[in-house]
Amino acid sequence: MKCLVTGGNVKVLGKAVHSLSRIGDELYLEPLEDGLSLRTVNSSRSAYACFLFAPLFFQQYQAATQAQEPVRCKILMKSFLSVFRSLALLEKTVEKCYISLNGRSSRLVVQLHCKYGVRKIHNLSFQDCESLQAVFDPASCPHVLRAPAKVLGEAVLPFPPALAEVTLGVSHGRRVILRSYQEEEADSTVRAMVTEMSIAEEDFQQLQAQEGVAVTFCLKEFRGLLSFAESANLSLSIHFDTPGRPAIFTIEDSLLDGHFVLATLSEPDLQSQDLSSQQPRQPEPPLQAHSTPNLDDFTNDDIDSYMIAMETTLASEGSRALPSFSISPGPQPPCSPGPNSEDDEAEPSTVPGTPPPKKFRSLFFGSILAPVHSPQAPSPVLAEDSEGEG
Amino acid sequence: MKFRAKIADTGCLNHFTRISNMIAKLAKTCTLRISPDKLNFILSDKVANGGVSMWCELEQENFFSEFQMEGISAENNEIYIELTAENLSRALKTAQNAKALKIKLTNKHFPCLTVSVDLLSISSSSRIVTHDIPIKVIPRKLWKDLQEPVVPDFDVSIYLPVLKTMKSVVEKMKNISSYLIIEANLNGELNLKIETELVCVTTHFKDLGRPPLASGSASQGRNPEQMAEVRIDVKKLLQFLAGQQVNPTKALCNIVNNKIVHFDLLHEDVSLQYFIPALS
Repeated sequence: MKCLVTGGNVKVLGKAVHSLSRIGDELYLEPLEDGLSLRTVNSSRSAYACFLFAPLFFQQYQAATQAQEPVRCKILMKSFLSVFRSLALLEKTVEKCYISLNGRSSRLVVQLHCKYGVRKIHNLSFQDCESLQAVFDPASCPHVLRAPAKVLGEAVLPFPPALAEVTLGVSHGRRVILRSYQEEEADSTVRAMVTEMSIAEEDFQQLQAQEGVAVTFCLKEFRGLLSFAESANLSLSIHFDTPGRPAIFTIEDSLLDGHFVLATLSEPDLQSQDLSSQQPRQPEPPLQAHSTPNLDDFTNDDIDSYMIAMETTLASEGSRALPSFSISPGPQPPCSPGPNSEDDEAEPSTVPGTPPPKKFRSLFFGSILAPVHSPQAPSPVLAEDSEGEG
Repeated sequence: MKFRAKIADTGCLNHFTRISNMIAKLAKTCTLRISPDKLNFILSDKVANGGVSMWCELEQENFFSEFQMEGISAENNEIYIELTAENLSRALKTAQNAKALKIKLTNKHFPCLTVSVDLLSISSSSRIVTHDIPIKVIPRKLWKDLQEPVVPDFDVSIYLPVLKTMKSVVEKMKNISSYLIIEANLNGELNLKIETELVCVTTHFKDLGRPPLASGSASQGRNPEQMAEVRIDVKKLLQFLAGQQVNPTKALCNIVNNKIVHFDLLHEDVSLQYFIPALS
């Protein structure tokens, strides 16, 4: 793989790396026929991000030399980020950036051609890896919001940097609400300030969601994509479904596109209830049968093997045949069908008395995981034991 | 108990924001006292805070275009609430170039001071940020601990030098010692002093002037050369100095020998009193 980035696009590339670095520790670089893809996933596998730079983005782009398998690689985010660390410096001094990936030398080479003939050459070691591909499909999400990144950027500005999660929803009068999410604790002696931003429908280019819908997701990753989209002056679309289903954030342009997939809190928690209580009550979002408490137990190997990053090995082409593991958008819609599907009727709500399923569900299981996961024994047994002893 | 107020003027809003920033620098949690014509930010003398107390007072009509309040009862027409000062300052920070700001007492699942800001947006559409600051309503029986502190009968009263200069001096001193001696006499001399086993550093300020109203009975017939001094926690002094972003219109320092130092500042129409007790 060889590619050459010039002029202002070097900064765009750098900005993308910065926003990816908010999510994962490893960067998956994959030269494809339709462009260079940069992907990452966070350690708890609840956030996935992908940028695809079209061949037109580059001055020169060559995915693979003849008779050579396209190489894909995984590098440390830290080392790649250090190449693009100072965006101001990139803009001021770098004229060309030449990236080449050679399987034989096992090095990813990034050359920065700077002013006055200075060249900086970074030789980054990489690991061979499988293709990282989350299974998601924005088209399957019933709710869509689209607004200029600037509007959304201003909307998240009042929230403190330390705030972990934010609830996004549509309130009465079709106003879009962003609210700081606070975990409800039993002994809430110390409460934090709750901040809420309310934006009129006019500021949105598209608002396809009825009043009362709301999802809660991580703010840090969202801010990462926003800062990229703001600098590129793009519009950002947010596709979401019921709480617990991943929310998909997309930006698109003729030269690149970006997808961030973030897990949303699976409980119709108090915060989102608050939001909906101000308006006609919405029907309870169907709870997923498989949202059992130990779902976020990532130490469990069984779960890991179903984890998002479906990694298909280079060697075994066969695994690609598995529908849910496919590299490109799979034939099976991953976020399971709309609210009226049989799926919802078939799935019973959470059994009362089970410990509250907390936190984010891992992403991208969609309906795939359900049959495999549900037979697992839930944890109440453990709870009983410890109670008996104590 | 009701409270609702509105600031519509940008100048007033900025001024109020500056005050809340100052309070946030001086106190982690503070009491806000709301009465029909005044607002007070109060930090009361708690040992846990190092015995520091603060009394900040502002006239509501200099800030608010609308102001309605109803206290606990007709005779006690006041409200005392406790809040985290930083929350208020953070909430007001989002109100820069806002059209208007409203503050009211609400009870949304928990008692709050709700600050809602009507923002200007690029388009003409309305954009509103609401901050619900959790508060504790202070019961009537605890009010007596939150009254305006009596200015002690001081030995020496003196105008302070430029606070920025003082701050940079104290900042350096903090690195050497954790205690600082502040001493002054009626001749307009003020010294900041630190003493350790290795070094003794003193910064002298001269010709600071004596406030005309300084008629503390203890200072009557006092030798003008004689210093009155207090030994205080340098961090407390620095905290006070760091909170002052703009030089006040008037800055006074009153010292009761070996007991307490009292700072009295006036920022336009806002007065701030700050008390730091002496360490034994």
